[in-house]
Amino acid sequence: MTDIPNSFNLDGEPIPFEPGQTILQAALNSGHFIPHLCAHPEFKPHGSCKLCIVVVNDRTGASCTMKALPGLEVQSDTPDLNHRRRTLLQMLFVEGNHFCPGCEKSGNCQLQALAYDLEMFNDHFTHFFQPREVDASHPDFFLDRNRCIMCELCVRASRDLDGKTVFGLAGRGRDLHLVVNSASGKLGDSAFAKTDRAARVCPVGAILPKEVGFAKPIGERKYDETPISQLAFTCDWEG
Amino acid sequence: MNVRPPMKKLKVATTSLSGCFGCHMSLLDIDERLLELAKLVEFDRSPITDIKTCGPCDIALIEGAVCNSENVHVLRELRRNCKMLVAVGACAITGGLPAQRNQRDVGEILQRCYVDMPGAQGRVPDDPELPLLLDKVYPINEIVRVDYFIPGCPPSGDALWKYLTDLIGGRMPRLDYQSFRFD
Ligand code: SF4
Ligand code: SF4
Ligand code: FES
Repeated sequence: MTDIPNSFNLDGEPIPFEPGQTILQAALNSGHFIPHLCAHPEFKPHGSCKLCIVVVNDRTGASCTMKALPGLEVQSDTPDLNHRRRTLLQMLFVEGNHFCPGCEKSGNCQLQALAYDLEMFNDHFTHFFQPREVDASHPDFFLDRNRCIMCELCVRASRDLDGKTVFGLAGRGRDLHLVVNSASGKLGDSAFAKTDRAARVCPVGAILPKEVGFAKPIGERKYDETPISQLAFTCDWEG
Repeated sequence: MNVRPPMKKLKVATTSLSGCFGCHMSLLDIDERLLELAKLVEFDRSPITDIKTCGPCDIALIEGAVCNSENVHVLRELRRNCKMLVAVGACAITGGLPAQRNQRDVGEILQRCYVDMPGAQGRVPDDPELPLLLDKVYPINEIVRVDYFIPGCPPSGDALWKYLTDLIGGRMPRLDYQSFRFD
């Protein structure tokens, strides 16, 4: 048996990996950024946002779900793939109601940070402007569905780490929405607590702590000065 | 920044549709560079000149979203007359703050504000001089074709200056990372 080194090429650079790692994990571990939204190192990959799209040996796929294999030729930072990523972001923006100037997450938001980094100048598509429910029933947290991108990170965190299954997705297509596991459907009547992992995992401003607001002003926030592509390796992976 | 003056001064029109004039304030915020801008361009229809109708122009800067029939009329007039239409700021690009009414029915909002609220005047204003409200508030690119977009709420003076000097200089406009903002 010949020893093939555990390494693949990402945009022409060799990336070492541990067997079992995904392409995204191996790339991030070696300091190479691939845009992603629904992937998180603590949770099983979900493969739904497709921001992490790459071309592997001439076929496209989600790098958060594809296993790294020796000798793969992977392309990520190409004009074509970045254009597709911008289109995906634009679809996420028009599908929800993202009024960034009024959002407490602005500057700390991964969706917005990717839009900055990929120079998304406009939303391109016709805005849905769909009414979505806001739930302020919990004493410590808001749930603003206007900004939810259905990444299921809160669903995975609550189910797999908190052992509570507070969150779930229901409906299909444009009716897809986040639901809360309680008799009234309200967060305040659920088992959700501010110490839950699910309380600190949302990549956007959908699950937000109360009484924080703009304590840290706009302009001094995580992604205000430094692009997410440079911060991804040092950030604390918390929402 | 050095920009070679064009052979002929470019004509620029600006307007605020449903906006707060914040983007125009940012334009004034380029401070002494206004003098340099005045060497490069001449303002046509704009709140700065108070000219009310637009002649043939090279660049139109549009602040604000489209919320009533007059906004539609002004936007179409600028599109007809200007070679390049630039959406400036969150409201023009995404609907912004004015579009926060889009989740509700416009009739219900008028009823609530002018009739039902304590202290309301008791009837929805219907003076024929008033432009009719649209059913929803629209970003300008959902009404006319738009050539360029400068994000920000408002974009900073530096962002506007960089973008405009790129456009005037015939370069593909870019913003540096710190100037590229949605808030
Ligand atoms: S969640 Fe992010 S993208 Fe959405 S409004 Fe808030 S800051 Fe903007
Ligand atoms: S609330 Fe946040 S974490 Fe949960 S699905 Fe929506 S965007 Fe994802
Ligand atoms: S990060 Fe891979 S599909 Fe979302």
